[in-house]
Formats: sequence, structure tokens, C-alpha cells
Amino acid sequence: MVRSTPERKAIRSLVWLLVIIIALIAANGASVLFNNGQWTPKLALDLEGGTQITLSPQLSSGETVTPEQLERAVAIIRQRVDASGVSEAEITTQGNQNIVVSIPGEPDEATRERIQSSAKLEFRPVLLADLPSTSSVGEDGGTDPSTGPSASPSADPSVSPSAEPSVDPSAAPSPSASPTDASDLAWITPELQEQFDAFDCSELAQVGANVAPVDEPLITCEQDGSIKYILGPVEVAGERIADARAGLIASQTGVTTNEWGVFIEFDADGTAQFRAVTERLITLTGVQNQFAIVLDGAVISAPRTLSAITDGRPQISGNFTEESALTLADQLKFGALPIGFEIQSSENISATLGVSQLQSGIIAGIIGLILVGLYSFLQYRALGGVVLASLVVSAIITYLIITYLSNQQGFRLSLAGVAGLVISIGVIADSFIVYFERIRDELRDGRRVDGAVEAGWKRAWRTILISDVINFIAAIVLFILAVGNVRGFAFTLGITTIVDIIVVALFTHPMMQLLARTQFFGGGHPLSGLDPKALGAVYRGRAQFRAPVGVTSTKVASSSKEAQKRQTIAERKAAEAAGEGKDER
Amino acid sequence: MSRLTQFGNDLYTGERSFDFVGRRRTWYVIAAVFIILAIGLTALRGGFVFGIEFRGGSEFRVQSTSAVEQGTAAATAIADDAVSAVVPGSNPRVSIVGGDSVRVQTEQLTPAQTDDVRAALAEAYGVPVSDVSASFIGASWGADITRQALIALVVFLLLASLVLAVYFRTWKMSVAALIALFHDLVVTAGVYGVLGLEITPAAVIGFLTILGYSLYDTVVVFDKVRENTSEDGVESRRTFAQSVNLAVNQTLVRSINTSIVAVLPTASILLIGSVLLGAGTLRDIALALTVGTIVGTYSSIFLAAPLYVHLRQNEPEVKKQGTRTRAPRPESGAVR
Repeated sequence: MVRSTPERKAIRSLVWLLVIIIALIAANGASVLFNNGQWTPKLALDLEGGTQITLSPQLSSGETVTPEQLERAVAIIRQRVDASGVSEAEITTQGNQNIVVSIPGEPDEATRERIQSSAKLEFRPVLLADLPSTSSVGEDGGTDPSTGPSASPSADPSVSPSAEPSVDPSAAPSPSASPTDASDLAWITPELQEQFDAFDCSELAQVGANVAPVDEPLITCEQDGSIKYILGPVEVAGERIADARAGLIASQTGVTTNEWGVFIEFDADGTAQFRAVTERLITLTGVQNQFAIVLDGAVISAPRTLSAITDGRPQISGNFTEESALTLADQLKFGALPIGFEIQSSENISATLGVSQLQSGIIAGIIGLILVGLYSFLQYRALGGVVLASLVVSAIITYLIITYLSNQQGFRLSLAGVAGLVISIGVIADSFIVYFERIRDELRDGRRVDGAVEAGWKRAWRTILISDVINFIAAIVLFILAVGNVRGFAFTLGITTIVDIIVVALFTHPMMQLLARTQFFGGGHPLSGLDPKALGAVYRGRAQFRAPVGVTSTKVASSSKEAQKRQTIAERKAAEAAGEGKDER
Repeated sequence: MSRLTQFGNDLYTGERSFDFVGRRRTWYVIAAVFIILAIGLTALRGGFVFGIEFRGGSEFRVQSTSAVEQGTAAATAIADDAVSAVVPGSNPRVSIVGGDSVRVQTEQLTPAQTDDVRAALAEAYGVPVSDVSASFIGASWGADITRQALIALVVFLLLASLVLAVYFRTWKMSVAALIALFHDLVVTAGVYGVLGLEITPAAVIGFLTILGYSLYDTVVVFDKVRENTSEDGVESRRTFAQSVNLAVNQTLVRSINTSIVAVLPTASILLIGSVLLGAGTLRDIALALTVGTIVGTYSSIFLAAPLYVHLRQNEPEVKKQGTRTRAPRPESGAVR
């Protein structure tokens, strides 16, 4: 038997659909096997509960948090949480002081760190570097102020740029001399030197404890405690960062290394400031040539300044893993918290809505689906079966996609999301209705069933596509721009829109193409929903009338000359092929 | 034979026709009345009732109570009853925290109410009052979420109008669609305002869903309008208004079927939500969706299409159309 083109196309489409479904099942299976995934979608905070983390601000005595600071901190924490997935966390303030972050599930250490750390980035010039006192017993000769070289760097560092790690600062600036720029060693007052000598790098572990005003020098250490520094005032602040991303660092020759780093892009002010600093630093020697990148009070790295950086795009390296580089990039991008926070408590929290709401939602969805099915049978007779089958296929694909994204992207289904899925039944079913009504319109115009299916599809496809494009734009725009719960909604909308297009193109239409070839549908049986008689197929184009009998007769080839004349070549071929097919049977 | 099928046939051929476009003033007036009612009655009630997610409120914490052992549902029900006894009509959000503590969030209470609720909770859970702490909580749906959502909304509407204008090759369809969208949102939100239902994040998500649905439905109707009006052209014996009206009539069965199919699931959520669960998120969101779907379908037919004709009827090209047969037109509206 020779198969007609639409039939072959239909079978190809159905195979594609099968491939998609199998691929989704395989992808899910892979995440279940290898990534601790599961076969059901994860639920959001309102349905499953999660962890409630209370953050309290780290304040020195007498300091208070302003509502504005708190609000800003909430906004930044929300962006950070959002950046790690679509989990619909709930973030609120408590008692005008604490921030309460509720996250579904059990957050890992990285998530806690991401939320908590203030991520205050500063660029400060290095004034003095030394091995930390904890690493040696007593002071070694080089750093002992009493035995150090007495060549006194005068108040003007440009005159004696002999600054070395072992420079003797005790003889340095008299307290009266005021520093002229951030690299000026005059910042190192005897008191500061004393503090520096007494400073223990292990103190750094107390996060946020090590802060200094931006216009004052800072005593700090390398993150791992290996080097102790005195740093000049802040040259470029973290607020000047326009964008940050993580990536593999390229070596000088342009070859990508295995080392992770964070690439920063300054805004215009930052670029100018950074350029000025680097231009000054290359003229200096010793540690003063170095530039410390300080995150939350600790030095991430202190690279030497080899050339002036004029494009405002420095990179930060320093023992990053892929994850820590990504986290830092996110933190820098969304800005530093105005105040440091520490986790006060972290407790399990039960669902606010609970299982009964979810169950009712699902029961309602099933009842709704049955009602939709009944109504479709009433309206479209046997075609109602196509509606129901299409909806079931959509449900399967939607479920698989949501489960997959729940495993991969941390997407979580909230009750609002469930309701959104239930209403998507209506939107998806509408595509079938638009399609069926177009087929019926074509039948009313006197086309044969298979011709009507093709012609109706052409028109319906345009309509379905443009209306879905609009929905998809909504999903993408809301997903990119919105934060919090709205993103979750956008996610669901985007999924159902894609599923709609997949199902109507790869299932409903091919099914119709195949069914149009059966005696029951193609012949326009009264119960098929495609009965031309019922559809009053008497009216035919510009005021030409023709009895509907010709269409319903099984000998389709004998329909009026007029009908043949109006067929396209493809349709005529299809009709011939169908006729042959029937004869062979 | 289904009666709706026969109805569809008659609508398709024009044997039967509803004069959606001709009687547009009536629909405008109805839409205006609905919008005024929605805004006016909401204002009379004192505006929308926003949930604690938007306004912040009071939070109580009952430390280490044994009631939790009875199960989450039973333990939270105790708090529900205790709070409702002190503050009637409140809709507290109760959850179990840290295994043995109960967290109760309510709208912001006065100091006197706060003391009463503390006492009531202590009594209900059988713990000393000192084990019930009270504090204020801020909004979890903060200004930042609202601001970002509004920015996203404006960007979306601009983009959508642009895409529609390019697709339909006239910006007037975009304008008509947006006006219908505005109508749908105001009327749907009005249901909340008029009935005094609490606006929760779930309800807002419901509004957004409606926004998508309303635009979607209008686009489907407009695509048929585009088809008819571009096929008819200047040569047509139909006027532009008649072309549009026929298109709307021809998609009427689709519109009816679609709205029924869309409303059936949401209405069953609404019913189940109200009957089984009483007040709650599910009922709130289903109400927004049910009302919004009906209004969305209605406005595409009764508002968007007539508005489109209204916007275009004075174009010279459009005026020319159908002039050939203006005189010997058959008696009833859109019949050929």
C-alpha cells in the first residue's frame, strides 16, 4: 500500500513525540541514578516546608540597623537566593532587626554561605606585608622594629620607595605627617604598627569582625592566614562593580588554565579610579606595588601591579573552586550587604498550607480534566477522545519536564504553580478547539475531511503560534526581570506554553491526519464530530451551493468537478493516494 | 446533532449573527459600568485587603509544646482556633518550627490584642505565657518584588504590543487588546476588592495568569479578524465593520467552548477549595482564575473587536470598503 504524504508526515511527527518523551524519561532517570534526583517534582515552601534561617546583624555596641539597610539587605539576599535556582524562597524581616530566610528543603553549607556573607569587596593598596606572628615564635629579626633597618622612610614615600616587607615602620612617619595618597606609608602610625604586631590572623575567622572605615588603613591577613598585611584606605569600592562573572583564567599566552577566577567589570567611575591606582602602583616597588583585593575583611589575593589597567576589567584569582568562584561572582553582581549578618538559628519549618491543599488541588485538577473530557465528547463526539488523549499527553510531558527541572534547576512547585498548571488545561485545550473549529469551517466550505484537516491546520497553526508566542514572551520577560514568587509563575507559564506547541504539532495534528484516513472519521460518521451534514456543508464559497451528499458518499473521487478544480495539487494527489489506498484494502 | 454545532453552522454562514460591532456603545457602557463598580466599591470598602505577605504583621512563637506530637494538622488547628477566638476573622498562618515549636503569623495586632493572643495561645497549648514570644515581622513580598514585577510587566506589555503590531500589521489591534486586558484586570481585581478577599501572593499569581489568558484569547479572536478582513479587502461587498463582526461570530463557538473548557477546572478548584477547605489560598486563586477567564473571553468579543473597528473605521481605505453594496444590503446586519 502506498502511503500518502500526510500519513508519512504524521507518523514521523508521532515518532518525534515519542523520542521527546523517551528523552525526557531518560534524562529524569539519569538524574535519579546519578544526581540524587527523584521521579516526582519537589514541592515549594508552602506545600512541603523547609528550613527557616534567622540572620541577625553583626553590630558593634550602640549601633543600630536602619529599616533602609534591612530592606536593602533583604533585596540583595533575595537576588542571591534566586540566582541559585527557582526555589521561591520566602524572605522577611523580624522585629526590625533580623532577617528570616525560609528555603524549601535542607540548604547545604554553600547555600548558607551564599546567603549570609556580606560580600563587601574592597581594593586597597598594600602598605606592609609580613608573615603572621602566629607562624613564628616571637618576632623574627626582619620584622622586629627595634632591629630593623633604620633608614626611615620619610613622610613622602616617593622620595624613599625602598619599602620592603621588612621595612621598619617605627621610624616612619611622625604622627603629625598626614598621608598624601593611599599608598603613603605615613598611614602607618606607631599605634597601627603596634596593633599590627599584635594582630592574630586567626581572629579573621570571626566573619565581619574585621572592618575598617573606607578612609582608614586596615590590618588583615590572607584568607588562609599565610600573610599579614597593613593595607591603605579603599581605592575602589565594591559598589563600583557593574558586573561580575566566573570563568577559567587565561594565562599570559592566552591559553585557558584550570584555575577558576572571577572577572569583574567596573562602571565608569570605577574604571577611572582603578586606572589611577594602577598607574600609581606600577611606579612603586616592593610590596607597595601590590594591590590587595579584600573580601569581607580578608585578603583574597594581592597581585603585583605589572601594568596599568585602563579598561576597568580586572580579574580576581586565588584558590577558587568552580563553585566558590560562581558564588562570589553572584555576590559581587548583586552587591554587598550593607551590614554583616550571622546565622542565629536554623530550624525546620512545616508547610504553611499542607498536604490537604495540594491533594484538593490535584483532585480538582482530575475532576476538571474529566469534566473537560465530558464536555469535549458532547461537543466534538469522537473527537473528544483526541482532546482527552492530547491533554493526557500534555500532562505526561509537563510532569516530566517539571520533574526534570526540579532535579536540575531546583524548581519547586508551589500551590500557585499547581493552580497555574490546572488553568493551563484550558489554554492547551483551546489549541485543539481552535484547530477543530477550523477543520469544521473547512468542512462547511465543502472540503473533504482529509483536505479539511490539512487546510484547517494551516490556519489554526498560525493562530496557535502567535498566541503562544505572546505567552512565551510573558514567561521570558517575567523570568528575567522579576524576582521571588513571580519567577516561579513565569517558569510554569513557559513550560506549559512549550508543551502546548509540542503536543498540538506532534500529537493532535498527526492524530487528525491519521484519523482523517479512517472510514469512521474520514467518511464523516455522525458520531465522529466531523459529519459534514451536521456541519451544514451546503454552502460553498462565493454563493455557489452544492448538496452535501457528494461529500459524505464513500466514492470521494466522484465529488463534483468544481471541488476538484478547487483542490490544490497536493490535495489532489493526497485524494488520489487515499482513493488507491481504499481500493487496495 | 449538537445544538451548538447547528448554532456554529448558522454563525459561520452568517445565517444567524450577533451584532457585536454595531452595538458597541452598549458594550462600552457595560464595560465602563463594571470598571467603575470595581473601582468604586473597592474604594468604598477602603481599598484592597493585603495579606501579611505584603504588609507584615505579628508573629508568635510557642516554645516546646507537646501538642506537636498529635501531628502537624492538629497542632496548627489549635493555634487557628485560639487566634480566631481573640481576633475574629483573622486568617493566621501556622507552621511547626524546629520540631516542637509553633509559629503563628497574623496581621499586625495592637499591643492589647497581642497580649490576649499570647495568653490564648499559652492556654491552648498548655504552656506558660513566658514560653509564647511575640514579635513583628516585615513583608515577605517586599517592595523590591513588586517593583521588579511591575518593571517586568511594563516591558512585557511593550514587547507584546510590538509583536502584535508587527504580526497584525497594525498597531490598532495592540491598543484594542491592551484596553481589553486592562478591563479584565480591573474587573478581576475588583472581585477581590468588592468581596473584601485578602490579596495574597497566590492571588497575584492568579492575576498574572489572567493577564496571560486574556491577551491569549484576544489574539485568537483577532487572528480570525485578520483573516477575514484581509481576505475581504476593498473589493468586498461587506463593510469593514461587517467583516469584523462576521469574524467574531465565526469564532463565537470557539470562544464559548474555550471558556467553558478553561472554567471547568478552575471552577472545580473553586468548589472543592470552598467546600473541603473553606477559606484558603486555593479558593482565592481559583476565584481570580474563574472570574478572569470568563471576563477575559467576554472582553475579547465585546470589547476588543468593537474597539478595533472603532479605531479603524475612519481610515480612508476602510471607509471605501463595502461602499459598492451599501445600498442593496440585505436587511439583517452581517448576512451576506
